[in-house]
Amino acid sequence: MNKLKSWSKIALSAATPLLAFPGLAMAEGAGAPDLRAGWDELWHELMIDIWVIGIIFALITLYLLIKYRRRRHDEEGSAPRLSKLASFGWVFVPAFLFMADDIFLAAKNFELWNKMREVPEGAYEIKVEGFMWGFDITHPGGATATNELRVPEGTPVKASLSSRDVVHSFFLPDYRVKWDMVPGMNTYLWFNSGAPGEHVMTCAEYCGTMHSGMYGKVIVMPKAEFDKWVKENAPAPEKHS
Amino acid sequence: MSTQALLEPSDTAEVAAVKQRFSLKEWIFTTDHKRVAVLYMIGAFAAFFVAGLMAMLMRTELASLGPTVTADPSTYNTWLYFHGAAMILGYQIPALTGFFANYYVPLMIGAKDVAFPRVNALSVWLFWMGIILALLTFVIPDPPDIMWTGYPPYSILTGGNTAFYTFTVLLMGFSSIAGGVNFLTTIIYMRAPGVTWGKMNMFIWCTLAAFIIQIIFVPVLGSAVTMLTFDKYLGTSFFNPAAGGSPLIYENLFWFYSHPAVYVIFLPAIGLIYEIIATFARNRIFNYKKIVYYGVMGVVGLGGIVWAHHLYVAGIPNWMILIHVFMTLIISVPVGLLMIGLLGTLYKGSIHYATPMLYAAGFLFLFLIGGLTGIPNAMSSIYIHLTDTYWMPGHFHYVMAISMTTAIIGGTYYVFPKMTGRMYNETLGRIGFILFFVGVNITFMFTMIMGVKGMPRRYYDYQQFPEIEWMQQIATVGSYIIFLGALVVLISWLHGAFYGRKVGRNPWGSRSLEWTHAPSPPPPGNYGDGVKLPDDWNPYGYGK
Ligand code: HEM
Ligand SMILES: [Cu+2]
Ligand SMILES: [Cu+2]
Repeated sequence: MNKLKSWSKIALSAATPLLAFPGLAMAEGAGAPDLRAGWDELWHELMIDIWVIGIIFALITLYLLIKYRRRRHDEEGSAPRLSKLASFGWVFVPAFLFMADDIFLAAKNFELWNKMREVPEGAYEIKVEGFMWGFDITHPGGATATNELRVPEGTPVKASLSSRDVVHSFFLPDYRVKWDMVPGMNTYLWFNSGAPGEHVMTCAEYCGTMHSGMYGKVIVMPKAEFDKWVKENAPAPEKHS
Repeated sequence: MSTQALLEPSDTAEVAAVKQRFSLKEWIFTTDHKRVAVLYMIGAFAAFFVAGLMAMLMRTELASLGPTVTADPSTYNTWLYFHGAAMILGYQIPALTGFFANYYVPLMIGAKDVAFPRVNALSVWLFWMGIILALLTFVIPDPPDIMWTGYPPYSILTGGNTAFYTFTVLLMGFSSIAGGVNFLTTIIYMRAPGVTWGKMNMFIWCTLAAFIIQIIFVPVLGSAVTMLTFDKYLGTSFFNPAAGGSPLIYENLFWFYSHPAVYVIFLPAIGLIYEIIATFARNRIFNYKKIVYYGVMGVVGLGGIVWAHHLYVAGIPNWMILIHVFMTLIISVPVGLLMIGLLGTLYKGSIHYATPMLYAAGFLFLFLIGGLTGIPNAMSSIYIHLTDTYWMPGHFHYVMAISMTTAIIGGTYYVFPKMTGRMYNETLGRIGFILFFVGVNITFMFTMIMGVKGMPRRYYDYQQFPEIEWMQQIATVGSYIIFLGALVVLISWLHGAFYGRKVGRNPWGSRSLEWTHAPSPPPPGNYGDGVKLPDDWNPYGYGK
């Protein structure tokens, strides 16, 4: 077991330069889980799984391809006939191994999935409406913006998603979250804003000519600065005559 | 040792083929399954070539930030639409269920033709009409720009001519259903005495399975695009949320067909790889019966209940996601069995590396990568980040586009001497393979990595991701290498067809019926008075 672990570590470190992410400094928000870290962790476990299976299969394949080359023109293969037991064994043993891996992965998956779909209490709620081609954002206080999603640092943020025209998809690569914006439906996603900084926000469902131009940024602001911005941008209270 | 010496030294051309005058009319109105196969082949490779040119244009456009080839994103979107639609509907499905099914099914089961030769002619005509309609994309004023998935409401709101897409789908669909009825009947009723269910070639089993899937699922796609056409041109509201419809109905119907469609491509393709490996390893199929029952039929059984893995973030209910995550992971079982069957067939074989076998070996690695990179996609949580990024085109080019193309190109090299009575040039064949194999790995490995970094798919430009430009450039270089490889392949075929060395009926030393019993090329009617097979005959009866 330990040997396997160290092997998988080697395989992983070989793969890391290609598959690792540029590090992001993100602070935990109000005890809510950090989805990015959760995603990256599961991803790395998966990479180990995939590299180990891949290397084993590739080595077996290479071995067979090289070992059993034809050496004389009248040579023929001499595969043994399988007994009844062996023929079932070659079905059910691999099937069992695959299923065991599958169930293990499914369990891991739903653990993370539940975190990704359950919005923590006290999340900052914001409305995002997709249109051809941009994102309209409405804050709880009424402040609005287009293609600029300002959020306070270290806070879970829930984005309620809708669309004015066609299907879009609201994608925040740095936070490892996206969800479709479907006309006539209300969908949502949440993420943990983390440390102050800027992140890409972009459309991930084909929505016509300027699909690739449908992007903006998430601006994570220090708490005080954010409060100030919200106040300054809130619509003036309606005057009653 | 020279290539020829490792094959059958005694195999020489039998009869000088009777010279026939070329008649276009005879080709168009032909009902001979081998000629129908050639018509399919020409159409499918034409679609591959044009869609391949679109890929080169796209890859060139992506090589630098900002406009490169065109400053108009809708031009790029039309290339991408055509690339996707033509590669799947015009190239891979027709090459496998049209070209190879037509050429091999009657020959492998010892029949003189298909059950309904005129229905067969109708199929290939409908296919050609579909190809022509698709090619009109490049001359009509407002070409479709909806991608091959055609999601509403965009496909309804766009100024592009969506009808050219929906009618192409309908023509190809009718062609497929007619083909399905034809081939299922042929396989069930036209097998020569002695070709029992337990002795059918793997390719026949896989084709049977593929057509069962087509007949069940194509009508669903047909209904989806018909509703789309009604919504756009007749003002109905199936998918219009303002009037109580929903775009999600379309998304579900579309993937209800289009996921099984990948098995329609996958099964005959792996069937071809089985044939190639059995012939070139001169070995019996490993665990034949179990592979057929649990592998081939397992894919048919599970293939229809995994479609929602395309829709995890589309807004479908949680219970549906739960089921589809499990089913999608479980489909690794039959697919894994099919792979184990291939590896087992190599065991104690006698493998000769002619060009078809090189492609089969390439398949083993490319499909391994494609299959393994499918695991993250099945997992809904991981999928949330990966979906609709470059990871997806990276993965599905490996698992479908490229793997199945190795089967199609390898399969064409394999059938080449039978079809033409001549041998292609082995050196050109090898050079083509190496260029292809190197190129695809460069291009699509980097495509996947860009996806993990967040680059969304179907992007004309990527101003928000300037840091990945260098990877785009490497992927583009890879695609030029692929293109070069494809040209070498084409040249080797044309050269072989006209100037290749003449060969006899069985240059590969195969035990399968089409090689042992039919001349190269087989005459109309294939086997004259029919074939008589000894009791111990088996298409994989090697090593006795
Ligand atoms: C051989 C060289 C090929 C190259 C260089 C290539 C390149 C590309 C590129 C650059 C894209 C666009 C990715 C994006 O922005 O989303 C794409 C998409 C696609 N390709 Fe290929 N491709 C090749 C072969 C194939 C083949 C053989 C198939 C056969 C099935 C295929 C099927 C597709 C499909 C279905 C799409 C998605 C279209 C869409 O997003 O609607 N490709 N390809
Ligand atoms: Cu969009
Ligand atoms: Cu699918």
